[in-house]
Amino acid sequence: MGGIPHDHYEPKSGGEKWLHKRLPILGLAYDTLMIPTPKNLNWMWIWGIVLAFTLILQIVTGIVLVMHYTPHVDMAFNSVEHIMRNVNGGHMIRYFHMNGASLFFVAVYAHMFRGLYYGSYKAPREVTWIIGMLMYLVMMGTAFMGYVLPWGQMSFHGTAVITGLFGAIPFVGESIQTWLLGASAVGQPALNRFFSLHYLLPFVLLGLTMVHIWAFHTTGNNNPTGVEVRRTSKEDAAKDTLPFWPYFVIKDLFALAVILVVFMAIVGFMPNYLGHPDNYIPANPLATPSHIVPEWYFLPFYAILRAFTADVWVVQIVNFLSFGIIDAKFFGVLAMFGAIAVMALAPWLDTSRVRSGRYRPMFKWWFALLVVDFIVLMWVGARPAEFPYDWISLIASAYWFAYFLVILPLLGVIEKPLPQPATIEDDFNAHYPAKTDGKSSATPAE
Amino acid sequence: MIRHLTLSAAAALALTASPVLAAEVETEIEDYAFSFEGPFGSYDQNQLQRGLKIYTEICSACHGLELVAFRNLHDEGGPGLPEDQMRAYAEQYEVFDQALFDGEGDFRPATPADKFPGSALSNAPDLSLMAKARAGFSGPYGTGLAQLFQGMGGAEYIASLMTGYHEEPECALEMDPPMDGFYNAAFASGGFPETCIDDHGHHMVPGSWIAMSQPLWGEDVDFDDGHSNSLEHEAEDIAAFLMWTAEPKLVARKQAGLTGVLFLAVLSVLLYLTNKKLWAPHKHKDE
Repeated sequence: MGGIPHDHYEPKSGGEKWLHKRLPILGLAYDTLMIPTPKNLNWMWIWGIVLAFTLILQIVTGIVLVMHYTPHVDMAFNSVEHIMRNVNGGHMIRYFHMNGASLFFVAVYAHMFRGLYYGSYKAPREVTWIIGMLMYLVMMGTAFMGYVLPWGQMSFHGTAVITGLFGAIPFVGESIQTWLLGASAVGQPALNRFFSLHYLLPFVLLGLTMVHIWAFHTTGNNNPTGVEVRRTSKEDAAKDTLPFWPYFVIKDLFALAVILVVFMAIVGFMPNYLGHPDNYIPANPLATPSHIVPEWYFLPFYAILRAFTADVWVVQIVNFLSFGIIDAKFFGVLAMFGAIAVMALAPWLDTSRVRSGRYRPMFKWWFALLVVDFIVLMWVGARPAEFPYDWISLIASAYWFAYFLVILPLLGVIEKPLPQPATIEDDFNAHYPAKTDGKSSATPAE
Repeated sequence: MIRHLTLSAAAALALTASPVLAAEVETEIEDYAFSFEGPFGSYDQNQLQRGLKIYTEICSACHGLELVAFRNLHDEGGPGLPEDQMRAYAEQYEVFDQALFDGEGDFRPATPADKFPGSALSNAPDLSLMAKARAGFSGPYGTGLAQLFQGMGGAEYIASLMTGYHEEPECALEMDPPMDGFYNAAFASGGFPETCIDDHGHHMVPGSWIAMSQPLWGEDVDFDDGHSNSLEHEAEDIAAFLMWTAEPKLVARKQAGLTGVLFLAVLSVLLYLTNKKLWAPHKHKDE
């Protein structure tokens, strides 16, 4: 592995040497675990371990759930209730899995916005960012298909709406929708394939996780200053970094434990708070729920999907220019996927040479607005599509695109960045001055 | 074909500004103080037994409970009927057993392993999960804060529905033909008379018209323990019972939650101290 100079694994005992010649697996584990990590990482750098933990939690609980679940339209709902009522500890396993999805998305959004603020997507970490965006897409697909499996009212009608999005694609849409569902409507073929993919995709995610880690272990972690670790010599690098084990493992585990206290409280005391009551009604194709609302983590993009109605002038212009091929429905679908695509393109849209938002006085405010915008979109996504919510979602959607397509490129040109520290060591020492002033703090940088 | 039409309609409606997502109907839901609320709450065994009696004598005429097995009545944390009583209770029900009569099937008295029968009326929903399939509280403005502090309110919804039957409001009397069903101030998804909608499209009275006639009037059931059988009390008892049928493992779950929270809190403190000690030499260098 390239990157920051540091001590590599040296096999000591005879057995280690024997194995190392044949398969350097201990070396790989050692170098991964002991990787030099910028010592000024703050508490926003803990989400990676939360995500890794949650992926394992979901896979383990999921494997147990599959042992008792039946993917059949007549039996799926009752088999989930069988888990809740008759399987030993089944209610806990199911609630862990159900709320684990929410924990996953809380962590991934925090992780992504961390990257957006500190410029973690910028060169040379574009590949890490792109793999991350792929993982996010796989996560959304997995979560969506998992929500279908209990075969409740929201599962069924939510599937109809979301697969209906593909039906909005001109000319080939209906064929794609039929191909996805395995039939012209949501039913047994859809349930079976969603079950199959819901089991498969987490392992794809596991593989992508390894590539994600490989990528940023090659470039080294970003850090709150955005200043690179000195690579001039091993000694210089050691001044900027500490090994991942034990310093960051323990720190991250502490953060994880605190987060799990909250998670455990939600699972134990209010496990259905983040769900929708309608999903405790067995799927009934003939009765459409009065509100079809996706899970909270899809709401921001659902809001963007719904924002572009036929009376919006942009939609009308595009409709006219495309000779009616792109109607409001398809425009909404394009906007939803576009909202994720512009995020993926951030490394090339951001023209600023300064990486961290900490030294970008104007960027800071636009970024804060983006966070607010995301929360507003999440909120408005669950509101009825009527005044004033239609206007709020339109403005909020517009800002999302404006941030990536206009503000990020422009800021790099017009903004005057603040001076950055010369090294990570300087930044760290500025936070933790020598003991003479007698101040002690338990928190790492920031 | 009907199925397909419904689907495309659902997809179309959700994608466009439509009456499907129209403003919520206002309902009157009372926030009852149930024994099973809060992190330490558990079911009141006597209340569940009273609720079982109400279900048996009144609700079961139309509504089923097909996810609940008779043996569950004996489970810990539930109504806790003694085993002999639970068996005797099960035997009141007849179930169809395919294995009897040389594979042709026949009816026999239910055993603890059997489940309650399903609904007797096709338009009466099964009640097993009703308390989780309905939410009494929502908002304000879609923030979910009410549910954070008051709970989902499924049991509150059921109790409020039982006590929510009122005389038809005056505005509805002008309707010709009269409204189908019965006016209920807690029911959101039923029919609503045009004559009760004002010029701004707002409903003048809470709730809507429900197909079910008023099932509980007070003094419908006599309790062996001499507990009050007023409408309000009966409503609370049946709501608590249906909460149990929907979430029979609630007590075990809260105990597991509490154990987990305490364990993780202690673990957090230990990791905090470990972390602090680990980093101390790097953060507070003596120069």
